[in-house]
Amino acid sequence: MNVHEYQAKSILKSFGIPVPDGGVASSPEKAKKVAERLGGDLFAVKAQIHAGGRGKAGGIKIAHSPEEVYEKAKELIGKRLVTHQTGPEGKLVRKVLVEKGVKAKKEYYLGVVIDRAREKVCVIASPEGGVDIEEVARKNPELVMTEYVDTFLGLSDYKARKIAKFLGIPVQDIVKKLVKIFFDLDLSLCEINPLVQTEDGKILALDAKMVFDDNALFRHPDIAKLYDPHEDDPREVKAKKVGISYVGLDGNIGCLVNGAGLAMATMDEILLAGGYPANFLDVGGGASLEQVKSAFSILLSDKRVKTIFVNIFGGIMRCDTVANALVQAAREMGIKVPIVVRLEGTNVELGKKILEESGLNIITASTMREGAMLAVQKAREFESKEKERRKRRPKETEQEKTSESVQIKS
Amino acid sequence: MSILVNKDTRVIIQGITGKNGSFHAKISKEYGTKVIGGITPGKSGQNVDGIPVFDSCEEAVKELGKIDASCIFVPAQFAPDSVIEAVDAGIKLIVVITEGIPTLDFIKVKEYAKKHGARIIGPNCPGIMTPEECRIGIMPPYIFRKGFVGIVSRSGTLTYEAVWQTTQLGFGQSTCVGIGGDPVPGTTFVEVLEMFENDPETKVVILIGEIGGSAEEQAAEFIKNRMTKPVVAFIAGRTAPSGKRMGHAGAIIMGTSGRWQDKVEALKSAGVHIAESPSEIGLKVKEVVEKYGIR
Repeated sequence: MNVHEYQAKSILKSFGIPVPDGGVASSPEKAKKVAERLGGDLFAVKAQIHAGGRGKAGGIKIAHSPEEVYEKAKELIGKRLVTHQTGPEGKLVRKVLVEKGVKAKKEYYLGVVIDRAREKVCVIASPEGGVDIEEVARKNPELVMTEYVDTFLGLSDYKARKIAKFLGIPVQDIVKKLVKIFFDLDLSLCEINPLVQTEDGKILALDAKMVFDDNALFRHPDIAKLYDPHEDDPREVKAKKVGISYVGLDGNIGCLVNGAGLAMATMDEILLAGGYPANFLDVGGGASLEQVKSAFSILLSDKRVKTIFVNIFGGIMRCDTVANALVQAAREMGIKVPIVVRLEGTNVELGKKILEESGLNIITASTMREGAMLAVQKAREFESKEKERRKRRPKETEQEKTSESVQIKS
Repeated sequence: MSILVNKDTRVIIQGITGKNGSFHAKISKEYGTKVIGGITPGKSGQNVDGIPVFDSCEEAVKELGKIDASCIFVPAQFAPDSVIEAVDAGIKLIVVITEGIPTLDFIKVKEYAKKHGARIIGPNCPGIMTPEECRIGIMPPYIFRKGFVGIVSRSGTLTYEAVWQTTQLGFGQSTCVGIGGDPVPGTTFVEVLEMFENDPETKVVILIGEIGGSAEEQAAEFIKNRMTKPVVAFIAGRTAPSGKRMGHAGAIIMGTSGRWQDKVEALKSAGVHIAESPSEIGLKVKEVVEKYGIR
């Protein structure tokens, strides 16, 4: 789970890592008030969205008075910000973080991550901060230091000192605290980028990113509350509520699959067949009839979806469960798009029988490849029919155009 | 021969009185697996389909004698402790089916198990299957057939896909190992590949990987330097966007790490036969079998 910068910073602060003074605001008026409280003549107004690259995209602005903070906040709040991580549709800015401006002498990088290959937590540090650390590691590997944390003993003091010496600033305490946060709160990524030394010698975390382990949220209820559903695709939020694993994409073939690997492979197969998936959807191994029905309803309510491809290899998941859910969902919600189904595995015959006897117009495929090809073909046919229908009703198309979102560019 | 498990493997099930535990204990037993006991704290004296239940692994060992393997169906919050319990009871192979164990918990548990000479398979995996001999986990038995293809995979359902295709072509499988979809697996691709390389019954290996991490790149390195047996691979996630977790906790591209194209490139340069599509896995094996005259 991702959190906003202002949330990550408040966690840093609560563990004793210094951050700039500031406050979060959801309107220009409130932003101005924060600036008035902070005082001074230099402020940063930062768009709060879950995506990197905000600076380059114009999501971070400098202001010199509370009035200017108001103006800058007005420019950001309510607009969609497009960065290299948001996709072309961008993300709606609902809040800004207003901070006291900082005059940085030098920027550093400090991060804690899990090294999957070594199966250990490690601290990564670099005197080249404020830029993409992967880039630094590629171009100047000597500027990146990695120190491993013992799983049982934690980070030794001497290692923290070594990192501080490498960076040339007294940060051993901050390094130790960052590792403590990582373990105490079950993070999978914790980054301060940049960590700065100000002109008057103070060390501050100027930007922070934290990713929490979803599997550990059960023991951190306060962290779980930081989840911001606005930051996720609404389709994903809906799926999450019913315990289905879903990722929204922008193709036109809706996928319903059991198992994460097979769900990814189904998307790949659609690509190979010349189409593109509208989503990743894994109903899981032991999904109930209700869950499978919810999965169908998510696909059916997605306007992008022009054909649904159901690909099931029943292990624990029984084919008859899927068939029953499909039939019930179709009856309750009405299915307008073509449906291609490939069933294999546990109770496959029973599943096929249920589909046949339902009288629904379902196209069956005997292999995954055949299913993908049929789905691509049906989606194309459906789309061209839709276009024809639109030609006859041009008004509707006009309306759709005007409702497109406004984007701000850097 | 096979790897990890065979007809003599004595298995217990931790969490045997739960819905999944009891369901799969029965299927494994029917399949001929030596399921000799089960564990659920507080339920000692009961039995599941004739399988005796004990309060702890320690008690089970005292009562049953040597236990070779344990299969864990315990919920994620309690599963790490169940692994430690099994390790302390001297069990050397621990298969964790449970999904959703916090990564930092598992890193600790794995290091503990390693220190005590125990191997963990999983978590978040479908288990291990040596056809006609031993089933530990949740794989559907009827798709298997005894044979010479060794399968190692990060995904459950894709394993079934590969199993089914190789069964239909008549090759069958030596052993199938699901290493699971978590960021840190108890047993890695490389370790299983090494076992397959040393197993006379295994003639071809199928590796099923996916985006996220660098396990496939490490496997490629091993295959290049150490393997003599042909390897067929399929990597899922060609269409997966960056920064999104694709169902499995470990299936995520972060920045430029864990990308599909890098994995496929690495495997190709190690001489691995890549199946471009999941439907082609069986056919690739067929090509290899014909090319090398494997029987």
